[in-house]
Amino acid sequence: MEPVEIGLWGVPLAILGGAIRVSTPFIFVSLGECLTERSGRINLGLEGTLVFGAMSGYAIAFETGNPFAGVLAAALAGACFGVLHGWICKFKGVNDIAVGIAMMLLGMGLAFFFGKPYIQPQAPDLPAIALGWWSDIPQVRAALQVNVLFIAGGLLAVAMAWMFRTTRIGLIVRVVGDSTDAARAMGLNPDLVRLLATAAGGALAGVGGAYLSLYYPGSWTEGISSGQGLMAIALVIFARWNPINCFWAALLFGGAGALGPALQSVGISQGYYLFFAAPYVLTLGLLILTSSPDRAMQGAPLELSLTK
Amino acid sequence: MTHLKPINRRTFLGTTAAAFGATAFGGVAQPAMAAGDLTVGFIYVGPKDDFGYNQSHAEGAAAVKAMAGVTVLEEENVPESQDVQNTMESMINFDGATLLFPTSFGYFNPHILELAPKHEGVRFEHCGGLWSEGNPGNAGSYFGYIGMGQYLNGVAAGHATKSKKIGFVAAKPIPQVLNNINSFLLGARSVDPTITCQVIFTGEWSLAVKEAEATNALADQGCDVITCHVDGPKVVCETAVARGAYVCGYHADQSPLAGDMYLTGAEWNWASVYTDMVTKTMAGTPINNFVRGGLADGFIKMSPLGPAVSDAARAQFEATRADIVAGNFAAIKGPLKDNKGNVIAAEGEAFVETDVALESMDYLVEGVLGSTS
Repeated sequence: MEPVEIGLWGVPLAILGGAIRVSTPFIFVSLGECLTERSGRINLGLEGTLVFGAMSGYAIAFETGNPFAGVLAAALAGACFGVLHGWICKFKGVNDIAVGIAMMLLGMGLAFFFGKPYIQPQAPDLPAIALGWWSDIPQVRAALQVNVLFIAGGLLAVAMAWMFRTTRIGLIVRVVGDSTDAARAMGLNPDLVRLLATAAGGALAGVGGAYLSLYYPGSWTEGISSGQGLMAIALVIFARWNPINCFWAALLFGGAGALGPALQSVGISQGYYLFFAAPYVLTLGLLILTSSPDRAMQGAPLELSLTK
Repeated sequence: MTHLKPINRRTFLGTTAAAFGATAFGGVAQPAMAAGDLTVGFIYVGPKDDFGYNQSHAEGAAAVKAMAGVTVLEEENVPESQDVQNTMESMINFDGATLLFPTSFGYFNPHILELAPKHEGVRFEHCGGLWSEGNPGNAGSYFGYIGMGQYLNGVAAGHATKSKKIGFVAAKPIPQVLNNINSFLLGARSVDPTITCQVIFTGEWSLAVKEAEATNALADQGCDVITCHVDGPKVVCETAVARGAYVCGYHADQSPLAGDMYLTGAEWNWASVYTDMVTKTMAGTPINNFVRGGLADGFIKMSPLGPAVSDAARAQFEATRADIVAGNFAAIKGPLKDNKGNVIAAEGEAFVETDVALESMDYLVEGVLGSTS
């Protein structure tokens, strides 16, 4: 199909396409971190988990020829990292933030070490669903190639919000996150709940990494992540620990990230370094707008070391 | 992400080994070598199998490794910061390297310039820098006229494009990158003077997601031949092919990635350069402080033409290549303006490929859509 002249329409289209393409790792990592933080722990190591997930997902997809096996492997690897973090943090006097930084470096180091033989080979990509079938414009069709993991991420956000609000598991996570003493009084084991929440969060971050290497940009290199894992953690705070908000915040971040290249492609090229900073400027601006001098950190789990 | 990369494989292995009390296997101490043997160090800014810049140098290092009496040290993922000075110091002091190839652009100033006077007996050969009088005598810079390769890419692209729009994903607006962009367009304009080239700068040498976004944005604007100047062209190639655009390669051969959509590519040929420099060093012959070479000198080469290249394109490509090999070829020649309307070259004025003035290029020529800042 011949490309159509779309001119300035390229910008909103790129923001839409970018939101769909770039946001998926943010969705998974921020949902994982949301779950972990609602149980009262911070796992800063998710950047390392993301990179290791990208590597292990790519490696297993290449070895088995099945990209979904890669996603599963990335989730398992991420869960292992989460279990390790959760287990170390249960000891008295251990700081979860410091452990998280150590885990981040460990994850990246291991991923680079084991990932060496997988930089060159090409692994199969995850499939995408063509939601742009109704359009005759190839650019629209390309922007609406929606990956299955993006849809899964959206459903997961809704499911997690429902879980927190109405299910017994959600209640347990919230109690543990808000008051260790109350949880103990209810006969719960806070350490076990946090271990499981961190493991589940790690698994989600691993899936986010697999998306990077198996779909977009779709190859394993040591520079595959440009800090998505860290930014996703900031997104959780920005989203006030609400899974649905995490989803929207991730979309916003992905769309804003597409702004720089898109503006250059339509000829607005002066000061492109400033446009590249758009996602961060946007986050800062929104945080300032939504902040309030009266109520601090609304929605924050009370046991979080950030709020203590 | 660079700020998050204090760990690389070498340091990771080193520290892990030390932590397990196995320093003897840590690779720090090298056994004593016979006199006359040479230890050569190669330093890369990224992974050495990136289908790109670092791989092209690593292929050169592999050719050196095959030479008798030479020990080769390699370190990857070394940032253009104090880290590279530490790496060079460790190669010199612990491993006894006397010839170093720090291959990334940002290693030269200030890092090599600071270290070279402290180590008189060591030769620092830097890729891409502009060594000039007054710089340390034991440092030198070498580079190839790869812009000519991009000019040939442009010839192939000019025949292949239907939309008359070609695209370029660029890292940073430094002279070598600008020269490549301008050459790519001028090559295409030697086929059809109405062709324009859209450039998108990503701002960093290696940013996978942004490179993919830039390639998608080019495809959205109708660019149907895409090339790049980033460290690892893998992401750009794969994304361009997925969007149905032809690809011209850069740094190394990317035809395994792009298949039938690969037209040709401008590749480095460091094996010939490095083996020559090592042979000279072992024989005690001095190396010039300022080394440059092009297609004719074997510094660069072109990927074999792909199946999508037409017979007319092939004929013009080969004729242009012969002109370049014959010498004194000028891509930048008058009358030529930059894309802001300033005159670059007046009627009859020409900058041949070897002109040092091209190495401080700070403009994009007329027909390139984009800006340097």
